[in-house]
Amino acid sequence: MVVMVDEDTRVIVQGITGHQGQFHSQAMMDFGTNVVGGVTPGKGGQEVNGLPVFDTVQSAVDETNANASVVFVPARFAKDAAFEALDAGIELVNVITEHIPTQDAMAFAHYARYKGARVLGPNCPGVASPPDGAKLGILPNRIFEPGNVGIVSRSGTLTYEMVGALTEAGIGQSTCIGIGGDPCPGTTFIDALEMFENDPDTHEIILVGEIGGTAEEEAAAYVTEHVTKPVHAYIAGRSAPTGKQMGHAGAIVTRGQGTAESKINAFKEAGVNVMDFPTDAPEYVKA
Amino acid sequence: MKLYEYQGRELFLEAGIPAPEGTVVESVEAFDDVADDLTYPVVVKAQVLTGGRGKAGGIKFADDEDEAREHIEAILGMTISGLTVEKVDLVEAIDIDKELYASILVDRSNRLPMVMISDEGGVEIESVPDEDIHKMNVNPFTGFNAYHARQLTQRLDLTKDEAKQVGNVLAKMYKIFQERDCDLIEINPLAVTSNGEVIAADSKVTINPAAEFRHQDLEGGTEDIPPLEQEANEKGIAFVKLEGDIGVIANGAGLTMATLDALEHYGGNGGVFLDLGGTDDPAKVKTCFELMTKAEPSVIFLNLFGGITKADTVAEGVVQVLEEEGLDVPLVTRIRGVNEERAREMLQDAGVTATQDLKAAAKKTVQLDKNVQAGGGA
Repeated sequence: MVVMVDEDTRVIVQGITGHQGQFHSQAMMDFGTNVVGGVTPGKGGQEVNGLPVFDTVQSAVDETNANASVVFVPARFAKDAAFEALDAGIELVNVITEHIPTQDAMAFAHYARYKGARVLGPNCPGVASPPDGAKLGILPNRIFEPGNVGIVSRSGTLTYEMVGALTEAGIGQSTCIGIGGDPCPGTTFIDALEMFENDPDTHEIILVGEIGGTAEEEAAAYVTEHVTKPVHAYIAGRSAPTGKQMGHAGAIVTRGQGTAESKINAFKEAGVNVMDFPTDAPEYVKA
Repeated sequence: MKLYEYQGRELFLEAGIPAPEGTVVESVEAFDDVADDLTYPVVVKAQVLTGGRGKAGGIKFADDEDEAREHIEAILGMTISGLTVEKVDLVEAIDIDKELYASILVDRSNRLPMVMISDEGGVEIESVPDEDIHKMNVNPFTGFNAYHARQLTQRLDLTKDEAKQVGNVLAKMYKIFQERDCDLIEINPLAVTSNGEVIAADSKVTINPAAEFRHQDLEGGTEDIPPLEQEANEKGIAFVKLEGDIGVIANGAGLTMATLDALEHYGGNGGVFLDLGGTDDPAKVKTCFELMTKAEPSVIFLNLFGGITKADTVAEGVVQVLEEEGLDVPLVTRIRGVNEERAREMLQDAGVTATQDLKAAAKKTVQLDKNVQAGGGA
């Protein structure tokens, strides 16, 4: 059993001819990911990093049997790209792009439910399963080590920091999922907790949250009800003021909702260990 | 982007939501030009992007032209929550019988639009008990239909005809919500007049910032954004001015927040949140330091984790800043990730504290800040 990605994941990159698409399609292959092609409208027939480029996702799926896609296209075209992937039968659509209109994100996340598919993102770094040598997105290859800690996070660099600290301490990871910093993510903390709870290769779970919304409080309630594995959490933004958007579109305390304090209290009540520093992760994890 | 009340009202009228007639003026002279055309009594409403206008004296009732002129003189130039009133909206007074509340917003928990309605309008919705606010999610693919309206309005104390009108307003609000990429569309109060007419007596509309490219015909109002934040926004840099004195530059929003938290843990107060983002372009690093310097921090703490970003290229930008412009305040750096040793060496050679330990760097930064506060310099 694996979480989200493994050796059977056949990946296409939407926007493969762009700078990001070129760089990260190669990085994904270096990690061991089975990247099978890419899509850029109007550039079908070209090659990038030895991979065939198609004009449409449908033709890429027909030719390569792809079942996952990583979307690097600019924000204003991202809704089209995500719908196109879902309609072509792609089961996992990882949207890296930042600054996508919220209603576009709501629409494609919602559409995925009808298609029995999953969207990861937008505005997220992707997902990596080191034991399976499979990765979608832009997570840096060098920080990972195969192991048994599952990580789910709303933040990119903060996650790299934590994974880096674990790896340095000799603690490996089963799967690391970046759900992204936008208000309406396709994959939620609860989705990730459910996958980790059901994954025999994940022994402990780290959750990295931040201010804004109530996703952490909902995750804490889910942990109480459904998660038997040890969960550790870090919440960024304890010192953040009310009403200020702290970089991520979703990171804002409004109307008394979304404070770090509320999230930390919810986790403590759910029996989750809450860390003071992201670099403390190795002290919390036993695996 | 937030719209002024009058802009929201114009969107409502375009969509067919009943709203009072209004005229916007920016000066007493402009009022004199239109004074004869107005119907009195009239309500003079300050146009500022903040709540609490009534309490601040920014909304006044006038029986005739002279009284209206007096109020306009008083309200124009008034400061409400730090914002100067530059425009007033003159709207026909309506005879309100009942005040309802209606809004549509993005429900982050369910990741769907949510319609909210209440009998308890005319007051801050935060003060209304939750059981008196009726909520309903709308599937973006069905849109808002007549049955949604029926289900919501049956929970309110309304006549059949009023319920029909409210349902009609909700349907049109939903249309605007979708077409205009709103994060929030709120009518408070949604007034029921003594004639039984349902009228939008106020408007609050927020357009999703990421969707502004689709709504360039709308020009939002001036919000209370400090000039430095404005400048940073224009350069595509996430920059937030905070209460304290320590300037934090880190890469990634989460890491920048975590860095501020680490300082607070040791008794320090962050003064600037600056997210360097995914760049390792020395020119952008330089721009970030220029912005930071303008905020006049006591100490600058650069916390970098090079995942894809190369730490040494960032360090190169920092060294350039030091060599070309110099820094008047101490700089503490904590560098991890790609090419971290080389980055730390480059910084140390330039006389900058460079460590790999977050806690040690945070402690050192707080100590330096305290030295500055004590007047002892760094």
